[in-house]
Amino acid sequence: MKPKAADKLATGIIVFFALLIVAVLLGMLGFILFRGLSHISWDFLTSEPQTIREGGGIGPQLFNSLYLLILTMIITIPLGLGAGIYMAEYAKPNKLTDAIRLIVEVLSSFPSIVVGLFGLLVVVQQFDFGFSLFSGAIVLTIFNMPLMVRVTEQAFRSVPKEQKEAGLAMGLSKWKIITSILFPVALPIIVTGTILAAGRVFGEAAALLFTAGMTTPHINFSDWNPLHHNSPLNPFRPAETLAVHIWKVNSEGLAPDAAQIAAGASAVLVILVLIFNLLARWLGRALYRKFTSIK
Amino acid sequence: MKSNQDTPLLLRKHRTEEWIGRGYTTICVLFLIVIIISIVYFVATKGISTFAINNVSLSDFLFGSTWSPDDNKFGALPFIYGSFLTSLLAAVIASPLSVCAALFMTEIVPSWGKKLLQPVIELLAGIPSVVYGFIGLSILVPFMRDTFPGQGIGVAAGAIVLSIMILPTITSIATDALGALPRNLKEASYGLGATRWQTIYGVIIPTVLPSILTGVVLGMARAFGEALAVQMVIGNAPHIPTSLFESASTLTSVITLNMSNTVMGSVQNNALWSMAMILMLMTFVFVFVVRLLERRHKL
Repeated sequence: MKPKAADKLATGIIVFFALLIVAVLLGMLGFILFRGLSHISWDFLTSEPQTIREGGGIGPQLFNSLYLLILTMIITIPLGLGAGIYMAEYAKPNKLTDAIRLIVEVLSSFPSIVVGLFGLLVVVQQFDFGFSLFSGAIVLTIFNMPLMVRVTEQAFRSVPKEQKEAGLAMGLSKWKIITSILFPVALPIIVTGTILAAGRVFGEAAALLFTAGMTTPHINFSDWNPLHHNSPLNPFRPAETLAVHIWKVNSEGLAPDAAQIAAGASAVLVILVLIFNLLARWLGRALYRKFTSIK
Repeated sequence: MKSNQDTPLLLRKHRTEEWIGRGYTTICVLFLIVIIISIVYFVATKGISTFAINNVSLSDFLFGSTWSPDDNKFGALPFIYGSFLTSLLAAVIASPLSVCAALFMTEIVPSWGKKLLQPVIELLAGIPSVVYGFIGLSILVPFMRDTFPGQGIGVAAGAIVLSIMILPTITSIATDALGALPRNLKEASYGLGATRWQTIYGVIIPTVLPSILTGVVLGMARAFGEALAVQMVIGNAPHIPTSLFESASTLTSVITLNMSNTVMGSVQNNALWSMAMILMLMTFVFVFVVRLLERRHKL
């Protein structure tokens, strides 16, 4: 083949494959939204699921997902920030730091199901927290820590050196510099990364099967005392999240409208993830403008 | 005590702040270290107990092809085989697609290719794995059933679902590598009269190959550990498949399905932990290979 013809052919193939990927995504999104949106109603979003009858909703599951997200972030953010700051500001370039870096890398590549099994063995059984939101939050924290650490470290390293040196020249302590000079500048990147990490919590199911459980007890939505047994806010009750519910409906759903429920729940999940992605970008940009006064 | 009183107030405040900062961040890092050590310790002790306490022979476990807990046969080969087969196939499908996507963004239409494909790739990365499983079950499986022999579920369906899931991983790493390529390499090639395709396969691809391979290995690692999406479309038959359109199982799918149905401490349960240990060991292998590739790239 002539080089020119080969060039044309290869370009054609590359463009075809690239457009194929776009088509696959659009096809999947279209399918989910087309099949799912028609099933979404206020009733579907708020009512309890049915085991064998038609017309079950996803109310408790949706609440569980959101609440678990909040619980997870309450534990993840302080720990992730701390470890990230250590890596960026305190760690010396030596063997120990290399080892910690390796640990973060290994932890981020662990299959989520292995982390879930660890949670089952240690948090659920050894520490006897049972299948609960708390156990789920711990496992998701382990799952999200590497991302948080990496994002925080990156954010702190991106701050211009001069700002830190100016702080040192003023005679501030290192911790003071970190909290009042570096942190505000690093915040936009940290916020974006945190929201993206939160989006991952939403979709995760494998790690939650054996930690947050596959069932939700009856929840009394009029009782908001976290210490009460049936309260939605009780962190020590089992909780099936939206993603786990989709899996369960698909693999062992007995309701006649199982396929529609799965489609509706998937649409809700995908829309939430989309919102999170857009929110991450928008908030990151808005904060960046606010702190750097760049128009 | 005396020296403490002599130091100026500001300096003392300094020291306390220093202590708080250093202490807090160190505790956070220690948490990470404790977590990883305990994961490795607990999974390994549980995994080894199949062989140490229940006296299942290691070679029977690794190379036995019959999984029949009722007859005391714990051959995990079908699952190990299924995991390797699906993730390898997924990488084979996804790698060319990803490289094409990366080339599209950086070489073919650098002006608007990135604007089109970057959000697409990010969205693909954001879609939860259960949703992939659900789409696979409702579109891919019926399609496979109509087009190919068999029930539609099976290794091929699992590999295709996985390939879409690992596409973003490989694409983003390949795109970064292509973007970081020095301009003069390409310009020298064009200056010699090479066409764009000749430049791509003669200069660009060989230069960024280690990075692309890093992406492929990371993608395979993700495919190897993915549980629910695969479990939903692979069929979960506990035997070695003879064709790609036959139902099979992976390590993750077997653990997902059986962990809650077995009693903690029983031989069958311990065998599942041994499979989790294999998943963990493979993670180490993948990380090691990635590090090896990165080191070669630096030289």
